[in-house]
Amino acid sequence: MSKVHVTTSINGDPTEFLCEPDETLLDVLRDKLGMTGSKEGCGTGDCGACSVTLDGRLVCSCLVLGAEAEGREVSTIEGMSNGDQLHPLQRKFIEHAALQCGICTPGLLVAAKSLLEQNPDPTEEETRYWLAGNLCRCTGYDKIIRAVMDAAQEMREAS
Amino acid sequence: MALDDKQQYQARQFKVVGTRVKRPDGVDKVTGKARFGADISAPGMLIARVLRSPHAHARIKSIDTSAAEALPGVHGVVTRADFDKITDDDFTADILDNCMAGEKALYDGHAVAAVAANSAAVAKAALKLIKVDYDVLPHVTDVDAAMVADAPVLHDGRANESVPAGMSANVLSRYEFGHGDIEAGLAKADRVIERTYKTEATHQGYIEPHACLAQMGPDGQADLWCCTQGHYMVRNVCAAIMGLDQGQLRVTASEIGGGFGGKTTVFLEPVALALSRKTSRPVKMVMSRSEVLRATGPTASSSVDVRIGMTKDGRITAGFAELRYQGGAYPGSPVEFGSMSAFAPYDLDAVKTVGWDVVTNRPKQAAYRAPGAPMAAYAIESAIDELAKGFGLDPLAVRLKNAAREGTKASYGPTFPAIGLEATLRAAKDHPHWAAPLGENQGRGVACGFWFNFGGDTCVSLNITPDGTVTVSEGNPDIGGSRASMSMMAAEELGIPYEQVRTIVADTGSLGQNEVTDGSRVTFAVGLATIEAARAAKREMCKRAAMVWGIEEDAVKWEDGAAHPAGENAGKHPPMTLKDIAAVASNTGGPIAGHHEANPEGAGVSFATHMVDTEVDPDTGAVKILRYTVFQDAGKAVHPDYVEGQFQGGAVQGIGWALNEEYIYGDDGVLQNAGFLDYRIPVASDLPMIDTVILEIPNPGHPYGVRGVGETSIVPPLAAVANAVSEAAGVRMTQLPMSPPKVLKALHDQ
Repeated sequence: MSKVHVTTSINGDPTEFLCEPDETLLDVLRDKLGMTGSKEGCGTGDCGACSVTLDGRLVCSCLVLGAEAEGREVSTIEGMSNGDQLHPLQRKFIEHAALQCGICTPGLLVAAKSLLEQNPDPTEEETRYWLAGNLCRCTGYDKIIRAVMDAAQEMREAS
Repeated sequence: MALDDKQQYQARQFKVVGTRVKRPDGVDKVTGKARFGADISAPGMLIARVLRSPHAHARIKSIDTSAAEALPGVHGVVTRADFDKITDDDFTADILDNCMAGEKALYDGHAVAAVAANSAAVAKAALKLIKVDYDVLPHVTDVDAAMVADAPVLHDGRANESVPAGMSANVLSRYEFGHGDIEAGLAKADRVIERTYKTEATHQGYIEPHACLAQMGPDGQADLWCCTQGHYMVRNVCAAIMGLDQGQLRVTASEIGGGFGGKTTVFLEPVALALSRKTSRPVKMVMSRSEVLRATGPTASSSVDVRIGMTKDGRITAGFAELRYQGGAYPGSPVEFGSMSAFAPYDLDAVKTVGWDVVTNRPKQAAYRAPGAPMAAYAIESAIDELAKGFGLDPLAVRLKNAAREGTKASYGPTFPAIGLEATLRAAKDHPHWAAPLGENQGRGVACGFWFNFGGDTCVSLNITPDGTVTVSEGNPDIGGSRASMSMMAAEELGIPYEQVRTIVADTGSLGQNEVTDGSRVTFAVGLATIEAARAAKREMCKRAAMVWGIEEDAVKWEDGAAHPAGENAGKHPPMTLKDIAAVASNTGGPIAGHHEANPEGAGVSFATHMVDTEVDPDTGAVKILRYTVFQDAGKAVHPDYVEGQFQGGAVQGIGWALNEEYIYGDDGVLQNAGFLDYRIPVASDLPMIDTVILEIPNPGHPYGVRGVGETSIVPPLAAVANAVSEAAGVRMTQLPMSPPKVLKALHDQ
């Protein structure tokens, strides 16, 4: 089985890699490109720790093949802050203590950013249902929901 | 051990402790830079995968690894034959046997061989080439079935002397606690109920699978990086298994993606070390989710008989419980803790618990947050609730009437010092939640919970840098914000801003022995050691100032981050700040540091009361959590955000245990739901906000009054949710989880 040559864009950087035809985008990101911010919690699309966006659409990178990134735009947690300027969601997660161990945090942030791009003023229920694909075992979600709602409000006021 | 006077609680005004500062690892964790177990690599490393038994119970007749070893890219295969025989220590021998099966595979998922290869794909392919010849044996996975005299037997000759003759060889220990005359107490009751309650095994469910990177050379030195709740424990256990000197094995803890007790032992690390020894290459191992569920954790399943008597005015006259816990294939279910904690919230004249530790063909249980206590509390708090409601009494008033308080002789032996149970009950009674109206098919439940808390070996080093800032080195992986708490306590004691202290988790070569992050011990014990290390540094800094001023050491006092001349010298010299003293350290005797080593025994016990509203859908049996409030004594909340986080997280894990989570075994003894799709932990849309009320009844055994808070919060929710669902459904629920089919059946059967 020969490797697949992929030309793609990751967080705006033109990127090329070779991958096995059956290799996931998550494994490519973590093992080939050294981008370990996306986490593998299950490998079956149930936990959301590997969340990235593909052409702006929220996906579990463990369910996407590396080869599928050809010609697409991939965004990961590593591209979320603007240099040392944290995204409002990142700031609010720290301010609200919305993480304990932090393993689910990258996936939750990517998913929450995707929510706010589609719906800048979500209700608590909408936020809870959007984030239902991102498992957190530490927090009970309370502070996560508060952080996302607070970030949404700040972003609305700033725009 | 008598406590040092300085370690006793002293009331004080706090400046840093009790505020909500930003955690030091926050930016790394929101940007993806934080390095967890699977994020670490080494040049030239191999990837290892494990072959696991497909049988619940089987004799391993032979293992042929030759075809796997011949596969290009494979560098080494290990089986149990690659480990030295450990003969003198059952505890360590069981851990090794769990990491790599010996004569028998004891559960579905038990490791039987492992391969290291130049890629994960090759390692995986090689597993398929290993031929294991199994002699499949009868198995047993249920605790009550395993106790029957003719049940399939896992081990012969492991029962200790506490077990009466004639029982199944699967029954390994019997425990008994209590005082008073049970039968006489029951005779005084207006009503006695006898009930049996069952809970299923649940997994800790941390989102980060186990991972490690091992490097072992022919020189007898080894390095290990791993996600663990205690890298000193990893060092000691792995050194024993691998025949290494503890001093030659350096273990570095990565960031840890959740543990909840499940990372207080080892599953992969000895295997990775053995593969590294065999291949002379660094070896990385990462578990899949199904491996995590099949072969790590979980907690025990339980079957508990309760007899409780109560007078019609709500006084409990006697309580008896017999607890049967299966802890998987090896000794050590948490039934002893369950038996000790079951009646701990109550002041009883007659109380007795009997606990049985039972083995079954399931994975070796690991600690899970207040191990053993939630299932015991579920049984007792359900029975008390049924009695109280049967008499038409307020369940909070009944609990207050019987509540343990200062001076109560606890059901497990000791006499309680100042404790916070009554405070949590009164706060619950006064809270608007208690008076809020309920609708149709809705019910409200309350329950109390207790946990011992723990101290343990602790070692902290605090260093003053030349520019007058501070580093704290401690040896406990930070699982929920403890580095922030340590920095806060150091800053408080030194009188400097929080931002001038950075706390790191040091490797095993840098400090003395540290107990694992367990027993809700870290903020208590490591906090105590941090405060004492800061006090030692202050004494040294006062000495340096005295030297500069040419006065006696004891004529200097430390206040607001600076040394001040005191007594008759007061005002004669301008104060020297920490920064001033650090600047002249080199000329006044060299670097300044403080350190403290202790095994503190003053961990204050902790109590909580939980209140929950649920709604039962009569058509589907689905339960919705409508409202939830946690009332818990924290002693002193060092960082209130993270105390609330522990309360909320524990409550939600308990909700999962009560409603959805369970290990499901088929008749073949194979785990049927080894994935997050079918082993369903709570998701955001299942839940409301979790309200919290922090009570602060100072722990006499900690300088700032701190009690551990991490575990107590999972003790009441099983019972609180069950009491609420039973009220909403109009039928008493005596088995967990209360999943929709079970609730629907209960509704139909009533």
